[in-house]
Amino acid sequence: MQGPQATTADPMSDLYQQLIVERARAPHRAGVLEPADGGAEGDNPFCGDRVQVTVRLGADGGVAESRHRTRGCAICTASADLMAESVEGLQRPAIASLYERFGAMLQSGESGTTDSLGLLAAFRSLHEYRSRIRCATLPWTALLDAMSEAAGPGSGRKDT
Amino acid sequence: MNEMSAVTLARPGLTGFEALRDDFPILSQTVHGKPLVFLDSAASAMKPAQVIDAMSDTMRTQYANVHRGLHWMSERTTDAYEGVRDKVARLLNAPSRDEIIFTQNSTGAINLLAHSFGATLARGQAVVISEMEHHSNIVPWQMLRDRAGIELRVARVTDAGELDLDHLAELLADGRAGLVAVTHMSNVLGTVTPAAGIARLAHAHGAKLMLDGSQAVVHRAVDVQALDADFYVFTGHKLYGPSGIGVLWGRTSLLETMPPFLGGGDMISTVSFEESRWAELPHRFEAGTPAIIEAIGLGAAIDYVQAIGFDALQAHEADLTAHALARLQAIEGLQVLGHAADRGGVISFTLENAHAHDIATLLDRNGIAVRAGNHCAEPLMRRLGVNSTARASFGLYTTKREIDLLAETLEQVRVFFA
Repeated sequence: MQGPQATTADPMSDLYQQLIVERARAPHRAGVLEPADGGAEGDNPFCGDRVQVTVRLGADGGVAESRHRTRGCAICTASADLMAESVEGLQRPAIASLYERFGAMLQSGESGTTDSLGLLAAFRSLHEYRSRIRCATLPWTALLDAMSEAAGPGSGRKDT
Repeated sequence: MNEMSAVTLARPGLTGFEALRDDFPILSQTVHGKPLVFLDSAASAMKPAQVIDAMSDTMRTQYANVHRGLHWMSERTTDAYEGVRDKVARLLNAPSRDEIIFTQNSTGAINLLAHSFGATLARGQAVVISEMEHHSNIVPWQMLRDRAGIELRVARVTDAGELDLDHLAELLADGRAGLVAVTHMSNVLGTVTPAAGIARLAHAHGAKLMLDGSQAVVHRAVDVQALDADFYVFTGHKLYGPSGIGVLWGRTSLLETMPPFLGGGDMISTVSFEESRWAELPHRFEAGTPAIIEAIGLGAAIDYVQAIGFDALQAHEADLTAHALARLQAIEGLQVLGHAADRGGVISFTLENAHAHDIATLLDRNGIAVRAGNHCAEPLMRRLGVNSTARASFGLYTTKREIDLLAETLEQVRVFFA
């Protein structure tokens, strides 16, 4: 008797795409901005992963620069890096919208929703790895917290 | 209900432990199109058909509430349930069956102890744990500390992953410790602690000893009298039994001084609105309808492992562990955590450039199940300077071929992330 069958996808070709492995190995947006307009940390107590995100805002209130310092798995590190690159030039509502579409893709894996996701579409097959979705979303929760701090009362550039 | 045949006879061509795999129906499942290679038994072990059938037969043919009914079904079910208490007493070589208390799991047993033995400790007394405890043997004592003014002391672990007995002696020196509560085998490092030596040390300083046997009871013959322990806890689901049933053993002389933990039916002798009188041991600590079906499943699991014998189980595991350590340590960049002289079949490791979760995902897609993360032992992770590790742990059904497959797949993972 056979139980419900999982898929036979090969993670070395679908999940760990070249872009993800490369960014995990050598991130483009690693570091901490000093000074920064906002910063926040995201923790995943389940695995001990931690992402620190700092942002510097432009005159229009959008993200001029974003950096991450990630202690985590390949998925988490690559997600933080591609996130930091993807949100440059975006204002908060656009970032929230992008995160919402990213999250929807991670749940559904549907490529129809990924057209506007650019580099983030690399994570499309993560929906087959449900226990790993949190790895990809952790940097985004830290980014949104960092944006809130930057926009919040008493906000302003500070040395973190 | 029929007496179960404890162990299936060997299939032609298969010998010894290999043949026992037939007893575990789940091992014939495939995962991601690959045969299941289950190397996560330290989290929870798979169940033999003997356990599954015992539980199913109970529900199909012989079930009612226990300790209550005057009818045939209740009497027979009570006999089966109470019979498991005898089996557990024999498993641990406890002096009396009345010292065996059924709980939900090890966590439930330790919480019971922290509440009820904790109530016998005076403000200013101390409880000593170690750096390599599972969260379940840390948090209940922290709660006791905060509620009752008990000091919580933590004995260090050496770089080899062994309990630092000199430091433990220091922590006991002032005579204020009322209890030492430590693991009998680490769920992260596989270290088996020198329980009899710890008991001597604790008793010499006036402290009692509780051993968390969640892992040890699976791999070793446990004799609580030879160890001279005062309390011993374990859980059924790691011993090839069901989840939802665990055990606290304690000396009668200590259990009798302890107030009940949960109140309710089954734990009283008389109840009025003015006062209630507690039942005798062990029922005083078993409020409410117990996990009847799970207890019967645990009894079948104990029959199963005892029919194999702990000498054979321990030798098999030592063989697997030696093989695994040799294969894993040959992988470039792979670091095994801890190298205790006395260790069981639980191996935590890190791999250079590859995070434990990435390792676990890639292994999973090859049908290989391992644990990754902090293993419910965050303080130990901190002590070892790692955030998370991958962990392979073995059961009686584990084969060297499976360990070879693990090593070969890890080599692919290493190359992939190099």
